[in-house]
Amino acid sequence: MTLVSLSGYLLFIAFIAYLVGTLLFGGAVKGSKNEASASNKRWGKAGITVTIIGFIAHLGYFITRWMASGHAPVSNMFEFTTAFGMMLVGASILFYFLYKSSAIGLFALPIAVIILGYAAMFPKDIQPLIPALQSYWLTIHVITAAIGESILAISAVAGLIYLLKNVDLTKRSKGRTWLEVVMYTLILVVGFIVVSAGFGASGYEAKFTYVDKNDKPAEIVYHNPPLFGMNQYELQTEGAMEPLAEMPPIINAKTLTTFVWSIITGTIIYLLIRLITRKRVAALLQPLAKKANLQLMDEIGYRSVLIGFPVFSLGALVFAMIWAHEAWSRFWGWDPKEVWALITWLFYAAYLHLRLSRGWEGRKSAWLAVIGFAIIMFNLVAVNLVIAGLHSYA
Amino acid sequence: MSQERDHKRKKRMFVRTAILVVLAAAIIYTIITNVTATGDIVEVGDTAPDFVLTDMDGNAHKLSDYRGEGVFLNFWGTWCGPCKREMPYMEEMYKEFEQKGVHVLAVNIAESDFKVKSFADTYGLTFPIVIDKTNSVRDAYNIRPLPTTFLVGPDGKVKKIIKQEMTGDQIREHMESIMPS
Amino acid sequence: MSSIKCECGHVNPEGTDICQNCGRPLSAEEKEKRLADMRYDGAAIRSMTHKRSIVDKVWNFFSSVKIGVSIIIAILVAAAIGTFLPQVFYVPAANEAQAAQYYEEHYGTFGKIYNALGLSDLYGSWWFMALVGLLGISLVVVSLDRGIPLYKSLKNQRTARHPSFMKRQRLFGEGKVADPDAVMAKAKEKLKEERYRIKEEDGAILAEKGRWSRWGPYVNHAGLIIFLLGVMLRALPGFYVDESMWIREGETLAVKGAPGLFIENKGFSYEVYSKDNAKEVFGEAIDRVGTVASKYQTDVALYKQPENALPGSTEKEYVKDYSIVVNKPLKYEGYSIFQMDFKLDELKSMTFALENKETEKPVGELTIDLANPEKEYDLGNGSKVRILDYYPDFSGFEDGEPQSATPIPNNPAFLFKMFTPEKPEGETSFVAIRQTLEPLGENEYRMAFQNADTRNVSGLTIRKDKTIPIISLGGLIFLLGVAQSSYFNHRRFWIRRTEDGKLLVAGHTNKNWVALKRELDKAAEYAGLPKYSDQRDPEEAIDANTEGDSKA
Repeated sequence: MTLVSLSGYLLFIAFIAYLVGTLLFGGAVKGSKNEASASNKRWGKAGITVTIIGFIAHLGYFITRWMASGHAPVSNMFEFTTAFGMMLVGASILFYFLYKSSAIGLFALPIAVIILGYAAMFPKDIQPLIPALQSYWLTIHVITAAIGESILAISAVAGLIYLLKNVDLTKRSKGRTWLEVVMYTLILVVGFIVVSAGFGASGYEAKFTYVDKNDKPAEIVYHNPPLFGMNQYELQTEGAMEPLAEMPPIINAKTLTTFVWSIITGTIIYLLIRLITRKRVAALLQPLAKKANLQLMDEIGYRSVLIGFPVFSLGALVFAMIWAHEAWSRFWGWDPKEVWALITWLFYAAYLHLRLSRGWEGRKSAWLAVIGFAIIMFNLVAVNLVIAGLHSYA
Repeated sequence: MSQERDHKRKKRMFVRTAILVVLAAAIIYTIITNVTATGDIVEVGDTAPDFVLTDMDGNAHKLSDYRGEGVFLNFWGTWCGPCKREMPYMEEMYKEFEQKGVHVLAVNIAESDFKVKSFADTYGLTFPIVIDKTNSVRDAYNIRPLPTTFLVGPDGKVKKIIKQEMTGDQIREHMESIMPS
Repeated sequence: MSSIKCECGHVNPEGTDICQNCGRPLSAEEKEKRLADMRYDGAAIRSMTHKRSIVDKVWNFFSSVKIGVSIIIAILVAAAIGTFLPQVFYVPAANEAQAAQYYEEHYGTFGKIYNALGLSDLYGSWWFMALVGLLGISLVVVSLDRGIPLYKSLKNQRTARHPSFMKRQRLFGEGKVADPDAVMAKAKEKLKEERYRIKEEDGAILAEKGRWSRWGPYVNHAGLIIFLLGVMLRALPGFYVDESMWIREGETLAVKGAPGLFIENKGFSYEVYSKDNAKEVFGEAIDRVGTVASKYQTDVALYKQPENALPGSTEKEYVKDYSIVVNKPLKYEGYSIFQMDFKLDELKSMTFALENKETEKPVGELTIDLANPEKEYDLGNGSKVRILDYYPDFSGFEDGEPQSATPIPNNPAFLFKMFTPEKPEGETSFVAIRQTLEPLGENEYRMAFQNADTRNVSGLTIRKDKTIPIISLGGLIFLLGVAQSSYFNHRRFWIRRTEDGKLLVAGHTNKNWVALKRELDKAAEYAGLPKYSDQRDPEEAIDANTEGDSKA
């Protein structure tokens, strides 16, 4: 067995372990009336054990892939997202031991599973490093930034649990609507995974020639039925669908097509859930959060920002500046990815100030934590795919 | 007690005013220098950076050797249209002002000897033309558009910077402005 | 200006919420609160106390955290808007008009408006810089205004606090114990073990640790201020150089922005990963993506002019050879020279053969160095070729005259005069790529293109940044400050015996209450302190057995 295939197996083991861990943590939260009961503890212990096994396998994937390629596996979308998922699990293990809360595990693991699923939709081959990435600062910068982001993400997990328990879902309110929006967004990501995996399995392909934004001819291959065509497209694959509309050159119609397919699929999944259960998704999850301790969730939310913020500052700003200084000759260049890291940093700085000086605790703080995670995800997903900059390779 | 309080208040007032004024001044200075930055290294009123370059006949020309007389310092290229148009006027004025203590020095930016010679022959130029082969004089003056002309007075200071094509009349006016009195 | 005298006799400055001596609530607001507001230990925030002059008003404005957060949010939103479209420095445009055209062409009306509003150079706009400046002022004022009173308040804090202060702490317990003195002694012992510093005063204990973590916010603010100061210094001349230059293989040029330095390009090389030279595991990726660059390298020699040498003089001393690759700039005397860009295969020389048109018999060959053509090339046997004129970047005719758009040999054209024994008076021919004109009538001979040599051009960037040490120092101090306030906590316990033989216990920390409780539990268990409760939120009272309890 080669290192590469070994690393693939290990990643798969981790994925399965996280699924099992979710169920076990679910048992811990659901199976007992009192969170501190013996049964809760038993299930919780089983949950954390499986999670740790998964994490070790995941770490094994990371190390073997590093050995195979000779560089840290954080240099493209698949690798970075997978590593982020791993660190999210690592952070939730850390917080389990700090606070012995099964609820965090119960909600963090499915998010990690979704993140891994999302990562798997990108090319998984091991790529050699382009010259700009040939620096040990890349490794240090990206890993530290990912650790910081994953710890910050725990605050969003705690915030989500807080909101699920705290927001009254029986009455119409802004909180209820927005909470449902958060759930819907998570389901859209699932929609993306279903679409990519589905069309991927069917082997769908449609090849086009088109004219790019610099007026040069180019080629592109769609892996799902093309809803939108590139600028002055011409279909090359026989029998494939003709696009419904042509896009101007600055819009990547392929990305747009995938995006729209994800929304369609996600919306269908969402509506099916609503139709079958006759409940809001938030209401479906609420029982899982009901036994969580609000004060504890608030504390975890705050603590994770406190722990994560310095790490994030170090990794996403300071190390990034050092690397940029070596590679691009300036430590700051207003590249979109850089700017969004700065925005994330400013946002959490605002969070801390609002909390410390203006007493924004509890629900307000929980909402801020969820928004913070949305900004991190925006930087990971949208900035890479939509706003191309120097980081567009990763 | 009240005197002491009064004293404290005055001190506080002074400290606060000082801090706010210093901060505001620093920020305003930074903004203004950033927004108005032209990238010019040599500005009107500065001493023109000295240099030494060799002309087509092998004579070295050192800017500071012209101290006491005016120098019409023109940066140009053979491919640049406005340069071609103003060169004949420069030649005309050169003949008129050379004896009046205003010299013309034309600095070509890193072109081949062949090209500069053929250009000089075509337009019948007789004033000294030097070639800045390594761009070091161009960099010292931070020349961007061609032609750019520096009027250097008898005191060695830059009197005017012209970043566009000139007519014959303008050239005459400029040369008169740097004539030694 | 008035001051507030507490029941205990201590005179507090105006605006104080909690008596700095005994801890009794002073303000009406504070008295109504169920729990004491411990953010600045109840000290008077300076700005809140003096509101008279305009200076005080400005000062108070910047001292407000609300304003500070508003500035942060404003910068955040502005920064986000700046990422909607590429900023002007990422756009291939040499001037404003070209940029305007680019935005309109590529992004339509939205792009036009975006550019017209100045959003395409948002980060260099005066208002964005002003926002950052306001944040700087806010950082200075807030830190002075809150840090100093907090420092004084903590420095002067009393050991014995009034019961009303203790009762209003989040962790509070009271109860009768058999032997208060013994319990207090044991508690003291246990807390000392937990590395608390203990102060005692007639029947009262103050146990404290980690006070220094309270200075963290002020340390990190100081770091940020130093950082911003460093950035500001860049505006001063000589602090910051940022230039770029193109240099062809074989050329020696002055280093732009670095007077007195010269650089010679000894060769540019460009490598890609291929299945032969790269690790096997990369095979799949190389198949999928195609070409992946592995290395951009410019081999250079660096020269320096002697002291006092003038620009333009040719004397120079060799300094060193270096291979500049991405991520490994050449560093010398504070300057860094980076490999940033390249152009492959610019024409270097062209070889022509002079041949008879009919017989195609060559008379001889000549190679023209496009950067330095000669006037005449002697081919021997009475044949020679003279270059009448040369147009490196031929762009067409204007009034019958051939024109060159730039001095770069992108599209070389020549006006040749060919001399042969048959035509000793010479024949004139205009030769450009894929074009030959015979302006003075039909010729017998022609210049036939044989081959061309090319060379590569390296794009280098030159930086000098004297502010780097200041900026690094600021960054380091910021990180230390953040770590100080995030990873360490200020914890205090007050234990007091009342006259009726009861024991009061109160605890406070600025964060991480779970750990505080854990330590209080240890001390309480060991010494038999009265049972305490967390008074933070009566509806959500934590029962002793919740999952957060570390003993579980």
